Amino acid sequence: MKTRKADPKGVMTGAHYLDGDFALAEGALAAGCRFFAGYPITPSTETAERFSERIPFVGGMFIQMEDEIASIAALIGASWSGKKVMTVTSGPGFSLMMENIGLAAMQEVPLVIANVQRGGPSTGLPTLTGQQDMMQARWGSHGDYRIIALSPDSPQECFDLTIQAFNLAELYRVPVFIMTDECVGHMHEKVVIPPADEIDLVERKWYEGPKDAYRPYKPDTDLVPFMIKTGDGYRFHTTGLTHDERGYPVINAEVQDWCVRHLIDKIDKNAEKIIKLEEEQVDGAEVVVLSYGITSRVAIKAVQDARRQGIKVGTIRLLTVWPFPEKRVQELAGKVKAMVMPEINMGQVVKELERSVAGRTKVVSVPHCGGGVHDPDVILKAIKEAVK
Amino acid sequence: MSPEAKNPIENFLRMDRIPHIWCSGCGIGTVVSSFADALEKSRLDLDKVAIVSGIGCTGRVAGYVKLDSFHTTHGRAIPFATGLKLGNPELKVVVFSGDGDIFGIGGNHFIHACRRNMDLVVICVNNFNYAMTGGQVAPTSPEKANLSTAPYGNFEYPFNVPYLAEACGATYVARWTVLHMRQVTTSILEALNHKGLSLIEVITPCVTLYARRNRLGDGLNLLKYYYENSEVRHGADTRTLDIRFQEKITCGKFIDVEKPTFLDCMNTHLTKTLGEKFRPYGV
Amino acid sequence: MTEIRFSGFGGQGIIRLGLITGKAVSLYDNKFATMTQSFGPEARGSACSSQVVISEERVLYPYITRPEILVSMSQEAYDKYEPDLREDGLLIIDNDLVKSTAPRGSIRLFSIPSTRFAEELGNRIIGNLVMLGFFTAVSKVVSPEAIKKALPGLVPSRFMDLNVKAFDKGYDYGLEVLDKAKS
Repeated sequence: MKTRKADPKGVMTGAHYLDGDFALAEGALAAGCRFFAGYPITPSTETAERFSERIPFVGGMFIQMEDEIASIAALIGASWSGKKVMTVTSGPGFSLMMENIGLAAMQEVPLVIANVQRGGPSTGLPTLTGQQDMMQARWGSHGDYRIIALSPDSPQECFDLTIQAFNLAELYRVPVFIMTDECVGHMHEKVVIPPADEIDLVERKWYEGPKDAYRPYKPDTDLVPFMIKTGDGYRFHTTGLTHDERGYPVINAEVQDWCVRHLIDKIDKNAEKIIKLEEEQVDGAEVVVLSYGITSRVAIKAVQDARRQGIKVGTIRLLTVWPFPEKRVQELAGKVKAMVMPEINMGQVVKELERSVAGRTKVVSVPHCGGGVHDPDVILKAIKEAVK
Repeated sequence: MSPEAKNPIENFLRMDRIPHIWCSGCGIGTVVSSFADALEKSRLDLDKVAIVSGIGCTGRVAGYVKLDSFHTTHGRAIPFATGLKLGNPELKVVVFSGDGDIFGIGGNHFIHACRRNMDLVVICVNNFNYAMTGGQVAPTSPEKANLSTAPYGNFEYPFNVPYLAEACGATYVARWTVLHMRQVTTSILEALNHKGLSLIEVITPCVTLYARRNRLGDGLNLLKYYYENSEVRHGADTRTLDIRFQEKITCGKFIDVEKPTFLDCMNTHLTKTLGEKFRPYGV
Repeated sequence: MTEIRFSGFGGQGIIRLGLITGKAVSLYDNKFATMTQSFGPEARGSACSSQVVISEERVLYPYITRPEILVSMSQEAYDKYEPDLREDGLLIIDNDLVKSTAPRGSIRLFSIPSTRFAEELGNRIIGNLVMLGFFTAVSKVVSPEAIKKALPGLVPSRFMDLNVKAFDKGYDYGLEVLDKAKS
């Protein structure tokens, strides 16, 4: 892995009072994103507005495309031109992007998509929050593939995790989602942007060997193939069809097996390196509350109340939601009475938790249909019932 | 094989992927030959030429041409190419795809690329139907033609492609049939040297599906139809270019105008508005 | 922890009040401040509002629940939000624009003709800054120094002096009102 320091041109070092959407744009600029294609959609539009305002002075491209399908298609193209690329959207736009998210996964293209989630389905609640696209992020495009999804709980984390998202996208040649939500996107808080020389950026895995030996899909030892830029004379081919190491289409079950397993293995086998969790008082806990994004703040409030009432509660905050921390929850499964998972959906990531612990501990879902965050008392009640 | 026997087009093809999938009598290969010919004549650095295709029979072109080549999703070749071009403006980006791909599922992207005068060469092979999937009705299918999803004949109005392109802002528009190989080559060459959005529509036979279903005979019969019914009218009013079933096909170069591209407009406008603080892009 | 709601009608700069206060508190008063606002067509209409939660520790729950302070610059906003104000809260109104009923419980009421003062200073658009000064003086949840540091970037630089003047006008009036209340 090669790293370098951020380019100071894109880094607005200092303390600012920003909303989550703006912080996403600042994170992208700091991470070296120089290509943004997007389409307006509430509650994510402010990110595109901020990027379009800032980029002329940094040097880069902003283009408002004709729709979200065009936006992600342009991202994939620009990523192949060697740019770090990003778009931002919300539920309906995320749905429109799905087919080409599959193309990006298949062609192994680094790109970052922030989904500022709102209540759904359909047009739903454009101006109110939700976390209902978590499973869509995981499974939304057809076929088997893997992606990475992060979930920030504040404008500060929108900034921090956007940089991480770019680093992961480059490291694993994979689409990375920042699954934030309307509440965080529209909430203003203090955001501290460090100096450029304190921001480490992962460089794309550029191929440096002889031209005629280049194979765009030959996995390296870390399972990730090397990449090249369009225009560098490799005359390479890439396709959304099932392909071999050369990137040439091969339509049979054997190559399909190799191709699909590769897409899955490069993430699954690197999962422990990818997953970031924040744990508190998990040792000796009777019950563990798992949460992500805005819900984790509300959950921690409930946990504090529960502790005041004498219940031993631990918390695990999923900064990385996909891949899911399967190994960690399995370690804990035999040790705790129950695991409680509030989400602003009718129970999505909790299903992955249930699957992972496989009945070895009680799993309690605390669903919410969206339009607001949980009442902390509802989570508190669930914690109390879980330890009964 | 002696060096003289080598087909000159081989330099432009991924010979390790030949034979291709196209039917005998299909016109796509002929358009690819013209493209190769134009590339050679253009003297462009081929390392800096990229080709993007969507999905469909013509969508497979990207897979056979020895350039940086991208086989993308159905209808999205143009926005993909837009990203590729804007990601690295020194590239010459060619979109090579079919009528269903570009004007059906990808119609919205086509009109916006024209509106922006995005610096792309769009070569559209128009065979009047969705061939890869078995000959369904397309936005270019002539009225009365019989298609697998218009089994009693097509009753929809087809697009007049050059008129659409001109109306949306394309700055180079030509139409030929596959019979006009040399003219296709000339048009592609002109388009490669043109700044802005160029559209070249090439009418080609789909022998296996369109021709068979409509009892139009084999490839030779179709070339004969082109020969007898095509009329070259450079600069013709694009409103007059409708194609009716087995009737006249007007060919020629209709539009060739200079107009700043998307990138020119952006750099000029922001330089004027923001002054020295603006960092011009891609220059 | 203090929960504040600024309210009025669209175009009065109500969101800006929340932004300036939140920025001042979190960047210059070394506390935590989370600012949220209502969005959508309703936010542009007759009762728009912005909310700030101020705390010595990190704010976990991002929204206000029972605000201690309500600032109202329109009758509709007042009618809509007054019932949520805590019984021991602080009610701050533009008394030219809001007719308040007698305060409930031990609610303390402070009034200022902020829009009229702004007009006297030359532009009614800075009514929100007059109100901000008044709010700063009577609520004491944010320091006037922090507010002034927070202004750049949130008010147009060419109108900075006018905005500061408006703030000072409201602030001084607030101190006077407090003085009178004491005596």
